[in-house]
Amino acid sequence: MKASKKPGGLTRRQFMAAGAMAGAAWATGCSSKHGSWESLSDDHAQTLAVLCDEIVPADDFPSASQAGVLIYIDHQLARHYRRFRKTYARGLEQTESISESQFRLHLTQASAEQRLDVVHALVQQNPAFFELVRKHTLEGYYGSPRHGGNRDAVSWRMLGVSEPPIRGRAQYDLTNKARS
Amino acid sequence: MKRVNAVIVGAGAAGGIVAKELATAGLSVVLLERGLWYTASDCRKDDLRNQRTTILGNAFGPDDEGNPRVWIDPRGNSHVVAPSEGSYQNNAACVGGGTLSYGAMAWRYMPQDFRMRSTYGAPAGSSLEDWPIGYDDLEPFYEKAEYEIGVSGDPAPNPFQGARRRGLPMPPLPPNREFGILEPAAKRLGLHPFPIPMLRNSVRYNGRGPCMRCRWCVGFACEVDAKNGSQNTVIPTALASGNCELRTQCMVKEILTDERGRARGVAYFDENGRLEEQLSDIVVVSACAIESARLLLNSKSRLFPNGLGNRYDQVGRHLQGHLYTGAVGFFDFETYDDVGPGASIAISDYNHGTPGLCGGGLLANEFIRLPIHTLDRLPPGTPRWGLGHKQAMRDYHRRTIVVMGPTQQIPMATGRATLDPMVKDQWGLPVARLEGNSHPHTTEIGDVQAERAAAWLKEAGAIQTSLMNGRPEIVSSGQHQAGTCRMGNDPKGSVVNRYCQIHDVDNVFVIDGSVHVTNGGFNPVLTIMAIAYMASDALLRNWKGTSYRS
Repeated sequence: MKASKKPGGLTRRQFMAAGAMAGAAWATGCSSKHGSWESLSDDHAQTLAVLCDEIVPADDFPSASQAGVLIYIDHQLARHYRRFRKTYARGLEQTESISESQFRLHLTQASAEQRLDVVHALVQQNPAFFELVRKHTLEGYYGSPRHGGNRDAVSWRMLGVSEPPIRGRAQYDLTNKARS
Repeated sequence: MKRVNAVIVGAGAAGGIVAKELATAGLSVVLLERGLWYTASDCRKDDLRNQRTTILGNAFGPDDEGNPRVWIDPRGNSHVVAPSEGSYQNNAACVGGGTLSYGAMAWRYMPQDFRMRSTYGAPAGSSLEDWPIGYDDLEPFYEKAEYEIGVSGDPAPNPFQGARRRGLPMPPLPPNREFGILEPAAKRLGLHPFPIPMLRNSVRYNGRGPCMRCRWCVGFACEVDAKNGSQNTVIPTALASGNCELRTQCMVKEILTDERGRARGVAYFDENGRLEEQLSDIVVVSACAIESARLLLNSKSRLFPNGLGNRYDQVGRHLQGHLYTGAVGFFDFETYDDVGPGASIAISDYNHGTPGLCGGGLLANEFIRLPIHTLDRLPPGTPRWGLGHKQAMRDYHRRTIVVMGPTQQIPMATGRATLDPMVKDQWGLPVARLEGNSHPHTTEIGDVQAERAAAWLKEAGAIQTSLMNGRPEIVSSGQHQAGTCRMGNDPKGSVVNRYCQIHDVDNVFVIDGSVHVTNGGFNPVLTIMAIAYMASDALLRNWKGTSYRS
């Protein structure tokens, strides 16, 4: 595959569908520069997904992008994190240029080892941006599902935290014993 | 608008109590609150947006838009900060104030806490001082707060507290798993553990049911109304008296004074942004330490060119809160039982009495952890991202105990809330400008407290511990803010007298954490409540029908 070829974009709708599937091998199709994301371009969303999935990779529980973390970040970049939109745009461009210069590949086309190399290079070259993505990714993955990033409370189930919490537990509380 | 006896600025812990005390005594009261009155249906449990974890903003105000402050960092750089940022040092803006969503620990300060200078001497660079009142003066009002607002607990096993005439009106909640792990360990160390007193129903009380022990407690409003604040106790009582009118979304611009230098009421922006005047016989400022100081400083006139009560440049000084330090313990067995509120056990062994240390603080286990809180509380050396981080989250979310506590701050005159000369809020009012840092001795005590927390956790079986003793570059910590309108007998070194009355102006009172001379090694709310009862009592004893004469 030629390094200069831009991969197909990924719309938000496709992304949500992709999240339900295992792995990051999503379908390509839509090529519009601005899909249905609120803040991100489709190209930037693809790059960001790679970063997010290095931060929370898939194992027997989903990766960050599979759990909807991009939806969380995209949504907040239009709201509470508006001030970071330019930081994201520049940082994601920088990530791509690292990939291009090291491997002559778009990040999404790079191998797993190459992706990790790119992320390590990014951590060296722009630690502030990587730290921002790390923070937002973990917030999305471990925070409330209402913001789009912890789909079906998957991280909470992973940690063994019930959702919804058991209500009215006072009536059934087994710890309600005399103090030792 | 009809003239009233008293206008109270701020419907939080103190303002609500003063409103109830005055209104039920027959005074006409207007209670002004800049925020909203939230109900049980507003109690959304959002771990990213609440009063404790403000990643996406505050749930109970103020809003990030239009309410800036300016923070001066230790290098002298100024930053315009929003309420959801830590250096803003926010407390909630709503009916109930911080008490709607607090953790609700209900501590009495100890007798030594009112005599810090006499007990220890003032460390160099500090403004450590004694209070003009003592524990014994406040004791009956602590009791009144415990019974009227409602506190559960068992003070008997704590030998370090001041004398008390009565126990608490409700027993403690049954112990959770962390209590069971930490209690025997503390006893093996020769310490004196006891259940944390809480402004929370453990049984039915005041017509409301007990805590259902969910994990969404500190930072959230209680959906079964088992957490006791001013919004579900004294404010409804004040309104039921028929003598109190609560006006929400009203931002007070300034206290108005007449030609003789007495207050005649306040000017405020109502919910539609219209500037109104509410005339009154007395004005009570209960807006929390930073905002109370800001209101006094914004109340400039010919007679008070530097703001009300500020003749000797004392308003806004001695800003303090608490330095929180402690430790995280990592265990090879499950410590998490999902039983709220989580915080359950404390020791008061280290509040006073360590040679070489000017005070100390309580240590207690932390409120229940949400997954978002475990992200930064993993064993040292854990990868910060990748599969290693994900695995550590799984390994430790349910095998971690945090012990920490509020180290009593050594106040400094350089810890200040002033007015920023440039930045204005949405109403065009100059905003608070915060500066100062922890006294070096406070940091020293905090480090000792962190080591003590780690030792307790190790005795309890922690296989690894990690100290939490960072160096925040701010003087205070949001909800515990205090000290900006110091209480004292000397008008040159304080703002109000022992009855919370401004030295300069006999019909203006500051009644909230602002008046704390020192802030104890404890969460301050019960002391704020007790002072509100005490000041109301003095005010009513001097009330002469239609006006106040000291």
